[in-house]
Amino acid sequence: MNISGIFLQLFQNTLVVLIAPLLVGWVNQCRAWLQNRTGPGILRPYLNLFKLFQKDAVLAHNASPLFRFHPYILFACMWLAASLVPVIATDLPLSPSVDVIVLVGIFALARVFISLAAMDIGTSFGTLGARREMLVGFLAEPALLMVFFTAAAISHSTSLSTIVETLAHKQFVLHPSLAFAAIAFIMVLLAENARIPVDNPSTHLELTMIHEAMILEYSARHLALIEWASALKLLAFSTIGIALFLPWGIAEAGNWGAIPLALVALFLKLVAAGAGLALLETVSAKMRIFRVPEFMGTAFLLAVLGLLVHFLHGS
Amino acid sequence: MTVVTSLLPIDVTLGVIAYWLLLAFAGLLLQNTRTLTRVIFPAGAGGALVLAAAALSSLGGPVNVAVLPLGLPDLPFHLRMDSLSAFFMLLLGAASIGISLYSAGYFRDYAGNKLGLLCFEYHIFLASMALVFLADDAYLFMVAWEAMALSSYFLVTTNHNIPDTRRAGFIYLLIAHVGAIAILMSFGVMQGGHGDYTFATMRSAHLTEFWASVTFLLALFGFGAKAGIVPLHVWLPEAHPAAPSPISAMMSGIMLKTAIYGILRVTFDLIDVQLWWWGVLALTLGLITALFGVIFAAVQTDMKRLLAYSSIENIGIILVGIGLAITFHVFHKDAVAALALTATLYHALNHAFMKGLLFLGTGSVLHATGERKLGKLGGLIHPMPKLALLVLVGALAIAGLPPLNGFVSEWLMLQAFLLSPGLPHSYLNMLIPIAAAALVLASALAGYVMVKFYGVIFLGQPREGKFEDAHDIGIWERLGLGWLALGCILLGIFPVFVILLIDPVTQLMVGHTLGNSAAQTGWLWLTPLEPGRASYSPLILFLIIIVGVIFTMLAVKKFYHGRLRHGPAWDCGFPEQTARMQDTAEGFGQPIRQIFEPFFGVTRIVPTPFDKHPHYRGESRDRIWDYAYLPIASITEKLSALIGRLQHGRIHIYLLYSFLTLLALLAFVR
Amino acid sequence: MENFSGQLINLFAALLLLIAFGMLSQRRVLSLINLFALQGLVLSVSTMVVAYTSHQNHLYYSAALTLVLKVLILPWILHRLIRKLNVKWDVETLINIPTTMLVGIALVVFAFNLAAPISLMAGTITKSSLGIAMASVLLSFLMMITRSKAVPQVIGFLAMENGLFFAATSATYGMPMVVELGIALDVLVGMFILGIFFFQIRETFDSLDLKHMEKLKED
Repeated sequence: MNISGIFLQLFQNTLVVLIAPLLVGWVNQCRAWLQNRTGPGILRPYLNLFKLFQKDAVLAHNASPLFRFHPYILFACMWLAASLVPVIATDLPLSPSVDVIVLVGIFALARVFISLAAMDIGTSFGTLGARREMLVGFLAEPALLMVFFTAAAISHSTSLSTIVETLAHKQFVLHPSLAFAAIAFIMVLLAENARIPVDNPSTHLELTMIHEAMILEYSARHLALIEWASALKLLAFSTIGIALFLPWGIAEAGNWGAIPLALVALFLKLVAAGAGLALLETVSAKMRIFRVPEFMGTAFLLAVLGLLVHFLHGS
Repeated sequence: MTVVTSLLPIDVTLGVIAYWLLLAFAGLLLQNTRTLTRVIFPAGAGGALVLAAAALSSLGGPVNVAVLPLGLPDLPFHLRMDSLSAFFMLLLGAASIGISLYSAGYFRDYAGNKLGLLCFEYHIFLASMALVFLADDAYLFMVAWEAMALSSYFLVTTNHNIPDTRRAGFIYLLIAHVGAIAILMSFGVMQGGHGDYTFATMRSAHLTEFWASVTFLLALFGFGAKAGIVPLHVWLPEAHPAAPSPISAMMSGIMLKTAIYGILRVTFDLIDVQLWWWGVLALTLGLITALFGVIFAAVQTDMKRLLAYSSIENIGIILVGIGLAITFHVFHKDAVAALALTATLYHALNHAFMKGLLFLGTGSVLHATGERKLGKLGGLIHPMPKLALLVLVGALAIAGLPPLNGFVSEWLMLQAFLLSPGLPHSYLNMLIPIAAAALVLASALAGYVMVKFYGVIFLGQPREGKFEDAHDIGIWERLGLGWLALGCILLGIFPVFVILLIDPVTQLMVGHTLGNSAAQTGWLWLTPLEPGRASYSPLILFLIIIVGVIFTMLAVKKFYHGRLRHGPAWDCGFPEQTARMQDTAEGFGQPIRQIFEPFFGVTRIVPTPFDKHPHYRGESRDRIWDYAYLPIASITEKLSALIGRLQHGRIHIYLLYSFLTLLALLAFVR
Repeated sequence: MENFSGQLINLFAALLLLIAFGMLSQRRVLSLINLFALQGLVLSVSTMVVAYTSHQNHLYYSAALTLVLKVLILPWILHRLIRKLNVKWDVETLINIPTTMLVGIALVVFAFNLAAPISLMAGTITKSSLGIAMASVLLSFLMMITRSKAVPQVIGFLAMENGLFFAATSATYGMPMVVELGIALDVLVGMFILGIFFFQIRETFDSLDLKHMEKLKED
């Protein structure tokens, strides 16, 4: 742990917090262009957050302390997750404390807290959202773990830095098991970040909501923090996908000169990822809610298959 | 002073056992509620503290052996305290401190004579479990095992005026005795014809592979009946809800672990050879048990039954770890076997704390509201905030969320799966990823179950009626629950110390320890094999989250005003909301029921639009009951009816029986 | 170069398996046909790679034949069939999709174990993909068994043939040209006959649900 490492970690922390809404804005903008609309502009999420922070917060009469504290806990968890993924360099000082299994655990912690907060007020939509979120989660979490296990089995380590270094800097090897893992990961990304085809992030029909239904009772700064946390979650998932499947360009340990190049590479990859996500959302239709377990089950079984192919094939 | 310094841990342990027996008889004689709750139960907790300290000092120390001249003339009690006993003794002591303290407050409304009897049975239960861990011969083991089963039977049927409780107690006793017969037979095979039933003889007896397998299977069946492994689990969901809550906590947290102790003792210590298919069998059984337990827990409508099924799930996970350890040990991959075994023992310790905490929490809920059904509860966080906070710790821990203790044992187990080198058989090699997948599925479902449990009981609004006179927990309950919650947090944040404690046990069983590699980068990071391969620091994670939360709160407060006002719940502007519009327990479990419908025997009565008095009824039955137990029961009944024909009530037939026996003896015994 | 092309073929094999699983989990007939066309494409590209590295020129012709037949002609026939029969349903399966996929995984494990000793003996660069090829054959068979309408069963049959072709390329560098042409002709003729049968079934039962075929048994 040296000064440069700490500086790098702080830099990454600030970077992810600042660019997360930009990614969401870019995805929305691409979606608008694909639908032949002008679109709200890339900076719209920042303006939304600013607007929300100015408002008065309204809490229901029977809100408990859990409800009030939850947005802060959610934001802290997502911020932590986003700043742990090696996006520009692999030698983050926090990296030995958290490995991929812990990362999935942090997402699970956030999911449990948001479900509990949704059940807190005791309205029908809150419990509906909580139930659906746990339904998506109980299959998405194992699928994500299996994807990580495939990457970990290839690089013989569960530490994120080691995985990225192995996948990026080994001689160019094509791993068939990663093909399965990639498809499963994309499906999990869509499910966990409440994107079409699992959940429509811009719906206003309560019976079709999963994520939105859980945050119906929040307002003002609490809602702003939750929206920001969702953006951080999307950024975290995108960077995890980039780190696992497109790891080239990430600076190695101690290689300071490669960091500007890494930043440029990250920027380009995020632009491509955002456009790809918007494309996926535009060509798919939202699934009926009881098809979602099938979808997630397919993702889980594909991820298991990827791990099996690795174990059986040796690559 | 010389007496004190020459006290071995085993002597201290025997002292505590005697002390508990003394307390038991004192409770039976005193029968005064005030004395019992203010003095006897806390004194029992004090004894548990001493026991835990003795066990702690014995871990890693030399093996203590003792022979007590009690028992029958030629069969004295052999006692032995090695690392395995010491670890489970530590589990018993540490967890029962919290439970005894809680009981001091929980039982304050019980009548004097009933409480006196309960105190008697309770302390005999504790003493017999400690004796099980100390036993070094089959005779003492069976005496202690039976004492444990009988005392817990009487504890389960404390409220014997309820027919369901009597039935639950009967099933419990029946299956416990079926298991005990299997254990006895297993001991009989293990002594290898020497005629001497001490464990020392069994350790030196060399059994052939066939007889070793017979022993293992009998032990697995017998101890599995006590642990609640599928399909011998049917007593768990009946007995644990029927018992008073501190007893449920004791049974779920500690008694199930005595069965695990038995399996470990027989497999790794008493039998000197292991076969790989034992490990695969244990692994498969464990996975089936884990998935079965958690799926059924998700559809329960009674809070204590839900926790009972969750215990079945955790026993399954422990059995998976044991299976992994056996398999790796057979193929001489002892480093990974030690990792798997460490994960298993850690999970056993964690579960004692987590499940104890949850069951005690439900005891307080029951005490405050009088309701056990989830459909009548809700919104208890408002009248009982301290209880809600403590139970939240337990619920998060059992769901396996970082940085609490449930996550650490799950992390270690997953590392054992992942870092495992290749196994010789290729089918076995494939079992590893599939087993890992099933395990993570069970863990994710456990999170679902805990959100349901906590959300339906504590959050939202009361589903029926109001809980005006629900008051928060008293000082004794707070002490007991607080101790267990503190245990959950500390076991989660300082795993390296716990692993160093478990080391002597794995050294004894597979000859390899994890502690050196686990602590190689200091006590802050947990690195099972090497730092580059896997490392986790729960304390740093915990601190970062706290720092993040505080930083966010301060930043928001500084830059934006903190104006807040209260209003009615919005709920998208729907008018006339009632508390009945929330999800019920069945509603929350409906997706799981729908996905896994083939596994339940589901009967549902659904109202039609034309019913004048519509009502809904749903029931998910355990199919193993119908397919396995009812047929066995009917066969047994038919057999007994057949034999019953021997009893006619006519005198000359009985005289004929005696005459025939006499003739036979005269003919064959010359 | 050898190493790289070996990995490339492993990747194609994995894609083939992925597409086979994708077909198992698909509900809509149009996507099934598109997946089948994609499978043919992957197959022909992989055959071309094998041809390039092993310098077996007859494989180029096989690849071209596969491309023309399985990526262009057969999907076109199937699309026309679908439009004529006015088939637009979601495919209903006999057992639900997650269970089908679980059985599929068990079949993959079985196929891999079966192929392991054989791939040790083969002398081609593609020997490690034999297990995957067998697995996709078994998966297509499973697809045929678990579908209750006629067109997906036919697609399963065609996908099985794809898997067999890949297995042949991986174990023995393809089959003799005569055998290949024969198989291709068989498949084409089979498609025509099946098309006629579909119309007849439609006429008799007014539906292509194969459950109606059970009415034909003796009672």
